Amino acid sequence: MKQPLIFDIKRYAINDGPGIRITIFFKGCPLSCIWCHNPESISTKPQKMVNQDKCIGCGECVKACPNHACTLTAEGIITDPKRCDLSGQCARVCPTLATEISGEYKSIPELLETIETERTLFDQSGGGVTFSGGEPLLFPEYLTEVLDLCGTRQIHRTIDTSGLATAEIVLEFARRTDLFLYDLKLIDSARHKEYTGVGNELILSNLIALAETGADIQIRIPLIKGVNSDPENLAATAAFVASLAGEKKSINLLPYHDIASHKYQKLGKNYAVDNLQEPDSLDLQQAIECFTAHDLLTIVGG
Amino acid sequence: MESNDKIKSLPERGPACEGNFYPEKHQSERPGMNQRIQRLRNLSVATKPTLSIERALHETAFYKENYGQHSIPMLRALNFLDHYQKKTLYLGDDELIVGERGPTPKAVPTFPELTCHSVDDFHVLNTRDQQRYTISQEDIEIYAKEVIPYWQGKTIRERIFNHVPREWQMAYDAGLFTEFMEQRAPGHTALDGQIYRQGMVDFKKQIAAEIAALDYLNDPEATDKAEELKAMDVSCDAVIVFAERHAELAENLAEQESDPQRIAELLKIAETCRWVPANAPRTFQEAIQMYWFVHLGTITELNGWDAMNPGHLDQHLAPFYAAEIAAGTLTREQAKELLCCFWIKVNNHPAPPKVGITARESGTYNDFTNINIGGITSDGKDGVSDVSYIMLEVIEELHILQPGSSVHISSKTPDRFLHAAAKVIRQGHGYPSIFNPDIYTVELMRQGKSLQDAREGGCSGCIEVGAFGKEAYILTGYLNVPKILEITLNNGIDPVSGKKVGIETGNPSDFESYAELYKAFHKQLNFIVDTKVRVSNYIDRMFAKYAPAPFLSVVIKDCISKGKDYYDAGPRYNTNYIQCTGLGTVTDSLATLKKHVFEDRSFTMEKILNAVAKDFEGEEFLRQTITNKTPFFGNDNDYADDIALQIYQDLLCAIDGKPNVKGETFHLNMLSTTCHIYFGKVMGATPNGRFAGKSISDGTSPSHGADTHGPSAVIRSLTKLDQTMSGGTLLNQRFLPSLLKRDEDIVKLGQLIRSYFTLGGHHIQFNIVDTATLYAAQENPEDYKDLLVRMAGYSDYFNDMNGDLQQEVIERTENEAF
Repeated sequence: MKQPLIFDIKRYAINDGPGIRITIFFKGCPLSCIWCHNPESISTKPQKMVNQDKCIGCGECVKACPNHACTLTAEGIITDPKRCDLSGQCARVCPTLATEISGEYKSIPELLETIETERTLFDQSGGGVTFSGGEPLLFPEYLTEVLDLCGTRQIHRTIDTSGLATAEIVLEFARRTDLFLYDLKLIDSARHKEYTGVGNELILSNLIALAETGADIQIRIPLIKGVNSDPENLAATAAFVASLAGEKKSINLLPYHDIASHKYQKLGKNYAVDNLQEPDSLDLQQAIECFTAHDLLTIVGG
Repeated sequence: MESNDKIKSLPERGPACEGNFYPEKHQSERPGMNQRIQRLRNLSVATKPTLSIERALHETAFYKENYGQHSIPMLRALNFLDHYQKKTLYLGDDELIVGERGPTPKAVPTFPELTCHSVDDFHVLNTRDQQRYTISQEDIEIYAKEVIPYWQGKTIRERIFNHVPREWQMAYDAGLFTEFMEQRAPGHTALDGQIYRQGMVDFKKQIAAEIAALDYLNDPEATDKAEELKAMDVSCDAVIVFAERHAELAENLAEQESDPQRIAELLKIAETCRWVPANAPRTFQEAIQMYWFVHLGTITELNGWDAMNPGHLDQHLAPFYAAEIAAGTLTREQAKELLCCFWIKVNNHPAPPKVGITARESGTYNDFTNINIGGITSDGKDGVSDVSYIMLEVIEELHILQPGSSVHISSKTPDRFLHAAAKVIRQGHGYPSIFNPDIYTVELMRQGKSLQDAREGGCSGCIEVGAFGKEAYILTGYLNVPKILEITLNNGIDPVSGKKVGIETGNPSDFESYAELYKAFHKQLNFIVDTKVRVSNYIDRMFAKYAPAPFLSVVIKDCISKGKDYYDAGPRYNTNYIQCTGLGTVTDSLATLKKHVFEDRSFTMEKILNAVAKDFEGEEFLRQTITNKTPFFGNDNDYADDIALQIYQDLLCAIDGKPNVKGETFHLNMLSTTCHIYFGKVMGATPNGRFAGKSISDGTSPSHGADTHGPSAVIRSLTKLDQTMSGGTLLNQRFLPSLLKRDEDIVKLGQLIRSYFTLGGHHIQFNIVDTATLYAAQENPEDYKDLLVRMAGYSDYFNDMNGDLQQEVIERTENEAF
């Protein structure tokens, strides 16, 4: 079974589906959207993240590293990726949590136990568990087992997905998921590829097929000015969503925020965001009008 | 990296439970439903607290002339009557509800019989930066001449301090506990619905019947009872006289008035004051005025700590409201206006100031009148009515320091009410706090109250519960639990003063296991609690003998039928509370030592204690390791939570069930009000990484910033404690406004509250952080690790964000004025 790494578990999640939820973030994604605000979610492997602001320069990590991968410089800790084996000795000794290893294995019983801690909140709020990421569908066997166990325990299950998986996998999950939060970024496949690294044919066909199963689906659109806020894309998206089988899907517009730059810094990566802009209220208004013209319930935020 | 000094100079976290220090900027220009309320509110807010020596002058003259001629209860009652016959009245323009304790709004009397301010005290009060009370030089001179000489050596405070054992004095000076009753009378009272069904005339009949029935043949206490009952009778006369004087004043003003509307209002006031408090109220206005006269009577008679509370005021007023709305004699707007007038009246009454320069332990004007809204009725039904909703509007619109307010959410309370309250909470003023009647009813029943009396109970002051109208539940003072650990770690010596203040429990470096360390702490804890209880019991008897409260005794059930004073076991129930503070700090400190010294052996005991002794100077590596690599309370982590549970249970063992002097027992609650700030100031650094002088954790809340897993983890940690064994717990949660932006978020906040209460939580309060807090968080991120940022599919914490992003969150907070 392909075991996922989990890079975060968020309790009191109030934007990831109905009620109060616990959101499990799986590490690994077949897309690499340039605006991604969880950049640590893209690689399936553990990653070292260093918050230089928190480093007090104690040098403990330099001493602890068996491979001598860490060097303390005036700019902070520098890690030689060729030497680093991600064993995490540095993070274990770091007193300030400036160095952390993103990604942790959790056994299925362990994960279930964590999910169960929120039981009272689920019961009170009609909430449940949301699997997000990254792309949870990258780990079908693990996720199937967790979803089935949650189902047995009457915990509401939501999957937040990019939709990029084989049709078989998507349809298999339709049977054991109560709600899909299905991301749609761009309708034009070439532009989709330009911004996310992959074309969108499979994403769109999976969505059509998923809708035909009668699955409960909400469409999530990260609205980014200069990428997908143009009227053509919005109109095409609206027409596409409106044409899906079953009940009219609701739209969650998630206005892009420049909030992830520090995460890129921690990963030692550049955040290529120069051409990305936050939508203003006019952009949002236009988007809402476009979708409501197709009779689609549109909400800003999750 | 920040220098220690910089971190330490940052502002304190806002005071805990009362949420009462509204920054000036929150007071918008003209809040209030109409011009009358705006004017009254402006006057109340703009008027600075002053001291009035009138009561002290009346009392001193009266005592000079009458002391020795009457029994003490009668002396007290006649003194009260004398003052009410002479006292300067105030009836301001626009007022509909009348009566002030002082000669003008916010003029606070002194109570020299309990504690007599010195000339120096007045100079301090006149000039200090915070909680200033001004007094004229002329008044100070009169006071020095007329008042101070008479009371020298006679005050209750002096009698107490002459008596207390050395070990108490040492522990008290070190800040191991406070003693409420050393400067103010044991107060802390809330009323049930009796005064809305019975006037003073009816009470007088009841008193007369009890006097007539006294059995001098068989009851050795008959004489004492007679004196107490006669005193109660006189005090009823006093409040009737006071009301009638207001009626006269209103009639006189009406004669001079030209505005026909105001004339009608003044005549209505006169009519109201002629009827209540002598008789049971008939109208909504009379009901409020009735309560207000009773309130004023109790806070004029003595300066009872935590003043006076109307209890379930919405439930008491609901029948009057319903009847008058049905009859067409009152509109909703008029009812709301009267409630606004009442709210402003309470705000006109700051707490009496303490003496001495140690007023730092109680830095607030708040006298802790807390209006209970919603809840359940004594017969177990939902208590929410139209009046409850109107009260929420009043709170939202007025934004004043006093009275405090709380909403009571039982399993029967409709979501509509919960959501209406949550919307007020979203405004970010701290009020109202939220209570769980389903749990506190059990708490009260465990203490021995009947089901009906327990249901009619609630919280007064801060979070402590009592059976309204039937109980004296005396708060005796706060216990500084982290300080007990501090002296344990110094073998009984207070490292701040170098004095020995506790018992010797062993040199901590010799402890070979965590169990040994804990045993020493436990022993020290029992010693300190016993030291405190001994003196509390002594003080209780001092008040019973020398400062009885006959008027308060009239309105609290069973005092009349027992012929006993409120302070002398007259009420149906008599509880003494000790309020334990700093559970988070002490738990985290013990968890630190357990993990790093005895388990991981990452640091030795000496190493940590040395670092603590020098306030972590040069020990940043150690301090960071501790704060980041220790399981702390409030994260749903059993490692820390089990320690908290053990401390809680041992506090219960030490306090709960100890006999008081009224044939009943002590109980504990987990309250701090603002005392966690004072307690922090008298402490050095603590092993959990807290710097010297910084405030300790409040109530049962996690240490500042220690809870990093969100509110659901906090409520799970908190409900591992069996809260029904306490007389109240306190949980503060900080929220970014963005978590409550949409109405959907309000619903989810309601669900969070319901979840906590389902799990057994007693109280929760949300401080919606303002931009000032966020700037502080930016400066000092480690104290704010608990601030959640929630966005769809995104995971982060405020303190993990970089400066630019934090700035953006701050700007968004600023712009999204709710």
